[in-house]
Amino acid sequence: MIILITGLLLIIIGFWAMLTRKNLIRIIIGFAVMDTGINIVLVAIGYVKGKTAPIIDKAVTMAQGAEAGIQAVDKVVDPVPSALVLTAIVIGLAVTALMLAYAIRMYKTGNSLDIDDFEEQKW
Amino acid sequence: MAENILIIVLSTISLIAAVFAVVTKKTINAIISSGVVSLMASITFLLVAAPDVAMTEAAIGSGLTTVVFLYALKHVRGQRSSRDD
Amino acid sequence: MIKYILIFLVLIGMAWLFFPLVVEFFTPDITNNLAANYVFGSAADLNMPNAVTAVVVTYRGLDTLGEVTVLFLATAGVGFFLKRKKHMEGIRRPGSEILKTGSEILAPLIIIFGIYIFTHGHLTPGGGFPGGVVMASAFLLLLMANENFGFSHGIINLTETISGIGYVLIGITGLVLLGLNHFLDPRWLGLGQWGRLFSAGAVPLIYSFIGLKVGAEMSGLLDSLQSDGGEQ
Repeated sequence: MIILITGLLLIIIGFWAMLTRKNLIRIIIGFAVMDTGINIVLVAIGYVKGKTAPIIDKAVTMAQGAEAGIQAVDKVVDPVPSALVLTAIVIGLAVTALMLAYAIRMYKTGNSLDIDDFEEQKW
Repeated sequence: MAENILIIVLSTISLIAAVFAVVTKKTINAIISSGVVSLMASITFLLVAAPDVAMTEAAIGSGLTTVVFLYALKHVRGQRSSRDD
Repeated sequence: MIKYILIFLVLIGMAWLFFPLVVEFFTPDITNNLAANYVFGSAADLNMPNAVTAVVVTYRGLDTLGEVTVLFLATAGVGFFLKRKKHMEGIRRPGSEILKTGSEILAPLIIIFGIYIFTHGHLTPGGGFPGGVVMASAFLLLLMANENFGFSHGIINLTETISGIGYVLIGITGLVLLGLNHFLDPRWLGLGQWGRLFSAGAVPLIYSFIGLKVGAEMSGLLDSLQSDGGEQ
């Protein structure tokens, strides 16, 4: 519950940064914070009260194979959000790097990082 | 109970760091505090029973993302100083 | 002034959109049916203790293939924006003595740790994505310590190509050996013994390919961001 609220607040803070800041790198930092917030929300939704990680080892059950599956079902949390977030974090880094590369390129062509200096791309 | 206190402390630190990342004047401070947000998020993932995600977030969020931002900042800074003098 | 009011209103609206999610949210006491099915299936069908790996590699395998493609495209985009210049070396500052000595000892250990993470992805927490990133951080350490350290782009491209082709080939092997609807099904290789390294069919192979691909792509990304690219 607290974790969910934290994630939502992080999304709002990141969005605020993206809307108000002028520096391109600061906008991308806002995007990174928002990314972290979304991941926290997704994982918090998959949590089940009092259960352990979805990895069947000796702490969950001593059984093996199909029997372990039957015994572990009511002892572990939802594995699907973890799996989604696992790939989303790596993609997030790649997308952040792509945005930064674009920002560097804009700096080299326009000699400025201020978003107000790129008037020709305004609508 | 102890877990709840830990969660509240982690949430407070990460929210303060996020707000600081937005309002601070220097870009390098913003980069470091966004790294702090990611680090706190990785401990949070460990508490909600997702160790895979915690590992990835600790390696990427606070390690590589910060370095990528710093490299980008170096590009921008280096260009500016070389143009000035 | 009007702009700030509008931004404030947008943020308030966003919070209002999230509000029902917070009010109606409760932490459940039992896992839902889908999750229970996946956990049971990962142990019963695939003989694999780590259910997260089962979801990433097998049940949502096509998704992961798509994500790897997105990763490749993003890395290619970074390389496109920051074109490498040939004669820009020598501007980099050399690392300090402590960093140099430390990196000589630590970098091989970190690489071995990364390989451990992605080969044991079906048994312990971890897998291809964290393992590849840990390997990339070892290369980052070498890159920071030695001012003349550069990646051979041929090796990076070769690793990426071989891993990508291997990943798809394993998927097609499942299609050939097990019939239709079995793309990326790892069960064509023997399931092996519970909890051993060579178990769970082709999952360790697939995750090793993903780990190598992610590691190579991240190293290439760091290299192109670090170098003084771009034409003047």
